[in-house]
Amino acid sequence: MAVDTAEKSERSLGSLWTDQRARAIFFQLLTVIGTVAFIFFIVNNTATNLEQRGIATGFGFLESAAGYDIGQKLVEYTPENTHARAFLVGLLNTLLVAAVGIVLATILGFFLGVMRLSHNWLLSRVVYCYVEVVRNVPLLLQIYFWYAIFLVLPVVKESIELGAGIFINNRGMQVPRPIAEPGFWAIPVALLIGIVAAKAVGIWAKKRQDRTGQAFPTISTGIGIIVGLPLLALVVTGFPVSFDVPELGRFRFTGGLTVFPEFVALLVALTTYTAAFICENVRSGIQAVSHGQTEASHALGIKPSWTMRLIIIPQALRVIVPPLTSQYLNLTKNSSLGVAIGYQEVVATISGTTLNQTGQAIECIAITMAVYLTISLLISAFMNWYNRRIALVER
Amino acid sequence: MQIGKILTTAAAVALLGAGAASAQTLDAVKGKGYVQCGVTTGLAGFANPNDAGVWEGFDVDYCRALAAAIFGDTEAVRFTPTTAKERFTALQSGEIDVLARNTTWTLSRDVNLGFEFVGVNYYDGQGFMVRNDLGVNSALELDGASVCIQTGTTTELNLADFFRSNGMSFEPVTVDTSDQAREAYEAGRCDVYTTDASGLAAQRASMADSSAHKILPEIISKEPLGPLVRHGDNQWGDIARWTLNALITAEELGVTAANAEEMKGSDNPEVKRLLGSEGDMGAQLGLEPEWAFNIISMVGNYGESFERNVGVETPLGLERGLNALWTDGGILYSPPFR
Repeated sequence: MAVDTAEKSERSLGSLWTDQRARAIFFQLLTVIGTVAFIFFIVNNTATNLEQRGIATGFGFLESAAGYDIGQKLVEYTPENTHARAFLVGLLNTLLVAAVGIVLATILGFFLGVMRLSHNWLLSRVVYCYVEVVRNVPLLLQIYFWYAIFLVLPVVKESIELGAGIFINNRGMQVPRPIAEPGFWAIPVALLIGIVAAKAVGIWAKKRQDRTGQAFPTISTGIGIIVGLPLLALVVTGFPVSFDVPELGRFRFTGGLTVFPEFVALLVALTTYTAAFICENVRSGIQAVSHGQTEASHALGIKPSWTMRLIIIPQALRVIVPPLTSQYLNLTKNSSLGVAIGYQEVVATISGTTLNQTGQAIECIAITMAVYLTISLLISAFMNWYNRRIALVER
Repeated sequence: MQIGKILTTAAAVALLGAGAASAQTLDAVKGKGYVQCGVTTGLAGFANPNDAGVWEGFDVDYCRALAAAIFGDTEAVRFTPTTAKERFTALQSGEIDVLARNTTWTLSRDVNLGFEFVGVNYYDGQGFMVRNDLGVNSALELDGASVCIQTGTTTELNLADFFRSNGMSFEPVTVDTSDQAREAYEAGRCDVYTTDASGLAAQRASMADSSAHKILPEIISKEPLGPLVRHGDNQWGDIARWTLNALITAEELGVTAANAEEMKGSDNPEVKRLLGSEGDMGAQLGLEPEWAFNIISMVGNYGESFERNVGVETPLGLERGLNALWTDGGILYSPPFR
């Protein structure tokens, strides 16, 4: 062993045992051996048992036809497609509810957090009660609650008509689906140009402010460009968009775009639940900024809205962002509870129906775990990058 | 050297553990003193806890028959409620000894999943239930309907096949348990509820307004439902198979719970072999000579169990139909006890 025991006169086993470093290495070695042996045991035991029971292994099943249909699909999918395609449909459904949920929960959470600190007693108490109720009731119950609410909406034949081809019933919300006509390409191009132009204006405005000290309404100009250019393109090309309006067939609405109640129930539950936690993060973040900062800012004659935007929030973000990352991860993983109300996300497809039809439990669960691990690591990586960006720059 | 030793030991333990996991279910069952039986999470008539919390039903009777055959005691059985999704993993992993849960016998389940179906205790087929006021009289009029299905079942695949082969479209509403499917259907989330016809009858019986729903005439699939065990333990498989056959044969020979005792002295040698007063059928299976006598005297024969749980006198009101004995125009047929 490469332990330096030169100072010791004798190198017996006993002296090795009394040497702290040698002992540390010995225990580490023991731990490694133990871990490897344990993993070997698990893998070997599984493989032997699978073989003895004649259960097929491998990922070949992904290439066979799925045979089952899925309600909400973001890409083309029929039962003739493969299990791999069904997995993709489920994955996209997971990503959809997670992405929309994260955006909405962040917005709602920030509003609630600021309201929680409001000097208006009623407002701050209402938010306080909201937070305490929502974050102390299990999420699964809340999902069931929202789903039950959507199920008591009127049945298809008695749909609520909102006009403009929008209908609401307990099978979801049916809205007209826009269809791109020839010439539609101009609109996304205009949008792209708008984004680039807005960015350029921003850079120019910052340079000008550094040089002359004159502020420029960057945000309103930017929004104007980004929204205005595509609208202009729409008018110039003569509205190259038609709508597929939902129509009541014999059983249900056909055509159009359906927002399924399972999706909305899950989204609402995830958003309101996570927003309660984000609200507390935001509150603690803002309270972590010393009140002296506000006073100093006011003393310099900076107006209150700027004080909040330019002085308090940037400092509060350093406290808010790390726990916010956890909330994003929680929301994404909690979306797997959608399986309880039949939202066809990744747990319901690959480790639900596919697992059941093929019996490849280990493979399906492994894929699902890999999916959540990957999504979570990506979110963490992005949030860590953002956290570094807003971190205090010490000079 | 140390590492080598540990690895060798670990490998030996792994192999031993693996070996013990699949061998001799009968000894393991006798050792723990009860049969662990997988059933549904609750389907009226087939497996459902009653007011006192005691499991009752057609599939439950099979589990009790198995316990009677092994222990001579219908209470020596514990029930594990499983959803359609969990059931196979529960059996594969050894959590349950036998699965009696309206499970369709298919090639891939028999072969690829590593199971052994021991027979058919209910010949079924997939049907559709709709509201009367929908004005639908045939499954072929269901183009465009939205359909409630339970996930992880053969019905999910049959449904897609049926609509596809008839050039029709549907919107699936997929839920986890049969109760959730029924609730979604009752709330009007879907137009059609589909599952095995026996399951439809069971679900309709537990609805508040059962007369407002009807089961369409089309049966779109073959659903031979039966108990199953893990592949690879033939002795256990034999016991499970012949427990089912004993129930059927008893009906064929006219042996009932009431007359089993006196039938022991019957002149019919097959009755004597069945009831253990002649031959060594029990010993061949590794059971007591009176194993089948215990089944019949404690649980009754197939027909008694059927009528008690799902027959015309029950809320389910199912006719024997295909499940009548082969001598009565059905297809229920047991190999002989010889």
